[in-house]
Amino acid sequence: MSELYEMTASQLAEILKKRNATSVEITRSLLNRIELVEPLTSSFSLVNPDLALEMAREADRRLSQGNGGPLTGIPIAVKDNMCVTGQRTSCGSRILANFVPPYDATVVRLIREAGMVILGNANMDEFAMGSSTETSCWGPTRNPWNTEMIPGGSSGGSAAAVASGEATVALGSDTGGSIRLPAAFCGVTGIKPTYGAISRYGLVAYASSLDQIGPITRDAEDMALMLNLLCGNDPLDSTSVPRSCPDFTTYLGKPVKGMTLGFPTEFFSKLENADVSGVLSDARKVFETLGVEFVELSLPHLDYGIAAYYVIAPSEASSNLARYDGVKYGHRAKEFDSMIDMYCQTRAEGFGPEVKRRIMLGTYALSSGYYDAYYLKAAKVRTLITADFKQAFESCDAVFCPTAPSPAFKIGEKIDDPIQMYLTDVFTIPVNMAGLPGVAVPGGFSREGLPIGFQLIAPHFEEPRLVQLTAAFQKETDHHLRRPPI
Amino acid sequence: MEYEAVIGLEVHAQLLTESKAFCSCTTRFGAEPNSNTCPICLGMPGVLPVLNRKALEFTVLMAIACNCRINEFSRFARKNYYYPDLPKNYQISQYELPVAEEGWVEIATEEGTTRRIGLTRIHMEEDAGKLIHDENKPVSYVDLNRTGVPLIEIVSEPEIRTPEEAAAYLRALHSVLVYLQICDGNMEEGSFRCDANVSVRPVGEKQLGVKTELKNMNSFRFVQRGLQYEIDRQIALLREGGRIVQETRLFDPVTATTASMRSKEQAHDYRYFPDPDLLPLRVEPELIERLRRELPELPAQKKERFMREFGIPAYDASVLTASRELAAYFERTVELFPNPKTISNWIMTELMRQLKSGDRTVECCPVPPEHLAGLLRLMEDGTISGKIAKAVFEEMYATGKEAGLIIKEKGLVQVSDQGELAEIIRKVLEDNPTEVAKYFSGKTQLIGFFVGQVMKATRGKANPEIVNRILAEELKKHGK
Repeated sequence: MSELYEMTASQLAEILKKRNATSVEITRSLLNRIELVEPLTSSFSLVNPDLALEMAREADRRLSQGNGGPLTGIPIAVKDNMCVTGQRTSCGSRILANFVPPYDATVVRLIREAGMVILGNANMDEFAMGSSTETSCWGPTRNPWNTEMIPGGSSGGSAAAVASGEATVALGSDTGGSIRLPAAFCGVTGIKPTYGAISRYGLVAYASSLDQIGPITRDAEDMALMLNLLCGNDPLDSTSVPRSCPDFTTYLGKPVKGMTLGFPTEFFSKLENADVSGVLSDARKVFETLGVEFVELSLPHLDYGIAAYYVIAPSEASSNLARYDGVKYGHRAKEFDSMIDMYCQTRAEGFGPEVKRRIMLGTYALSSGYYDAYYLKAAKVRTLITADFKQAFESCDAVFCPTAPSPAFKIGEKIDDPIQMYLTDVFTIPVNMAGLPGVAVPGGFSREGLPIGFQLIAPHFEEPRLVQLTAAFQKETDHHLRRPPI
Repeated sequence: MEYEAVIGLEVHAQLLTESKAFCSCTTRFGAEPNSNTCPICLGMPGVLPVLNRKALEFTVLMAIACNCRINEFSRFARKNYYYPDLPKNYQISQYELPVAEEGWVEIATEEGTTRRIGLTRIHMEEDAGKLIHDENKPVSYVDLNRTGVPLIEIVSEPEIRTPEEAAAYLRALHSVLVYLQICDGNMEEGSFRCDANVSVRPVGEKQLGVKTELKNMNSFRFVQRGLQYEIDRQIALLREGGRIVQETRLFDPVTATTASMRSKEQAHDYRYFPDPDLLPLRVEPELIERLRRELPELPAQKKERFMREFGIPAYDASVLTASRELAAYFERTVELFPNPKTISNWIMTELMRQLKSGDRTVECCPVPPEHLAGLLRLMEDGTISGKIAKAVFEEMYATGKEAGLIIKEKGLVQVSDQGELAEIIRKVLEDNPTEVAKYFSGKTQLIGFFVGQVMKATRGKANPEIVNRILAEELKKHGK
């Protein structure tokens, strides 16, 4: 029998139901695992065993009273950009290194109400700006499949924790690929739901019109359980969409025969990595044996996705991050000689180079005289990308494509070359630009044994379709069951 | 060369909602610093704004009252600038698409006509907090109670020509806001604030001159003075061959002058962009219709009705309709004592003098309409003279008693007994033979002296009409 820390949420729920283990035992198993492998992965920026065990005991009480839900007692890692009352939420930044929120993010409230056990805060790129989890003020997270490698970012800590058995499931956030990329690089399943499907209240904002929270799990079943918990309208978030959510688990066993996947030629013509191409064509064959048809289609404005993203996201970030000024909370410079100097010193000390780069980019793009040429133009590109997808979905149920152009790269390899780093997100960014749901599914491994994921993109609020396709694929394959050698 | 001024005004009015614009904190004034705050108005990480529907309704009400076109879709935008009283370091405002555009209000001109002043736009935004500077140490404190209180900004077209017109325009906006009960209109506390853009140009010139922006004028009088100073300054500068610099200037109420605060080069680039945390705002036609039905009678309509219905002059009507409460006071009194012009005179002189000296508003007037009507009735039926009535009114105001009671207590009933008065008059004429002789030698103005003597003898209670008549008769007898 495998260890408790290796199991999925649905397996653990079964064990809890049968009283074969308590939530405290499960939590201890994960905390022990964390103690063992955390020095190798640095998945967490903060582990709080006391809180975790207290929550586990509370979950056991609920379960013994018969008040448990499907996720009661299941341990979870929360990305360090979602506010947890009384627990430092740093966003991977020196500027918030001492910030303890007096409120819960809506998703944190939901996981508390479900009786889940919060293990700690997962490490991330500073303010979610990065593709490698190297820009955290707490140091980089390492890929559990090869600790020389980056885990992907910015939710690298969340993906690494789930892959290495340090968390059963995790919450990530995705602005340009930050859930899907690390999920693909760490061999786990990560979904970015439709923009507006899950409340952003209490998620420390990077780029508000693109940010979306989603779960990182080991399989489609856990993904469905987490979506059931997280999706829904929140009166605290004006951009959350008021609509009723289906029971995502009912899509787990549904056959996919007769469904059509779109094959965007532009995405594949960009692929230079043979391992990625190989995994994608193998995955295609699996779907074809399941009776799925493939159609070629065109997403002509894909090429402009990254350029437009690096105008819109930094513009919003430059405004969202203005509040970190040393006046109210967070870091304040010790020495300054005027108010303006206090702002300058505080922000110079508090932000890392990538965050500063994006603040400057965004400030410039929004400046009077440049707004039309940059921000407005980018907004138009965004509309065109959305229209491309709309057109594509007329001939297919979902789009099938790579998650990343390559498997995980080495720590330090791209950190000094922002353009190369930005290009990592070429396949994920358009999905955020259009507000669509996208999932990264483990599809195979490179010759060096690094996981490679493929991506499925569905129309707005068609997450059930992604659950259905992912579950069908995972029923035929075992890539998602393989664990790193760590 | 003759110059004319071009003035445009930006008014900020705090809306009288219970809670703030984007969170549920109370808007109450005067609480302990930073007690009316929450993570949302404090701009903590990850929090999100949710629009207060009441603030939107108030904005739409004002837009209807000012004859604006209401946009079905409008957008919130972020105005980015750093200041410690602005926790997010951006203000949620509106930029490209405001709630309402293209309206007008009517003002009375000095020539006695009316003139429409165009409104460019009305938009919603949130207020900032306050900085309190320590007088002894180089330290400033921040009070964020006011942060997030809903404001509307009302921008006029540059159609105002004189400081007087500017003041009239502000009074018109002020009374509409107060009538609608969407703003308390308190200028000292800053619930109603005004910035002015002003330039001058030679009369006949079409092109606008370089403008300056005036700030810190927190009363109607200061707006008028500030503008006058600035217009004079600009004209003098141009006459000397100087050039106007585009800048923001601060009005100093002590010296009644303006001084440069920051130049155009130092002006902020606010980097406006649509706020991604708030969806485009839709004002449903049904909401506009409902609010239109609920719209109360506005000052201009009420003024016209008063002139038509009560036959009072335009001046009276505009004074009486300056506040909803004063107008109601007038109407109630007219119901009880149907002589509108007399009531109007009394309200505008005696009542308003008393209110002003006691710094009270009509809502807490110790003389209710019933009492005033009672007093006027006693004056009309001759029980007391007009002069006595004024004294009685003062007493009523001071004590809250009814007129009848005061008259009785003080023995102020008018002497109208002809026999009694004739006797007093005869005695006055007998006691003052010299004056009588002078009167007959042509000094007819001495009639006033005789009336005065009669009043003195009756302690002011003699009915002046009867005194005049009998005095004339008695003098006639003497003359024979």
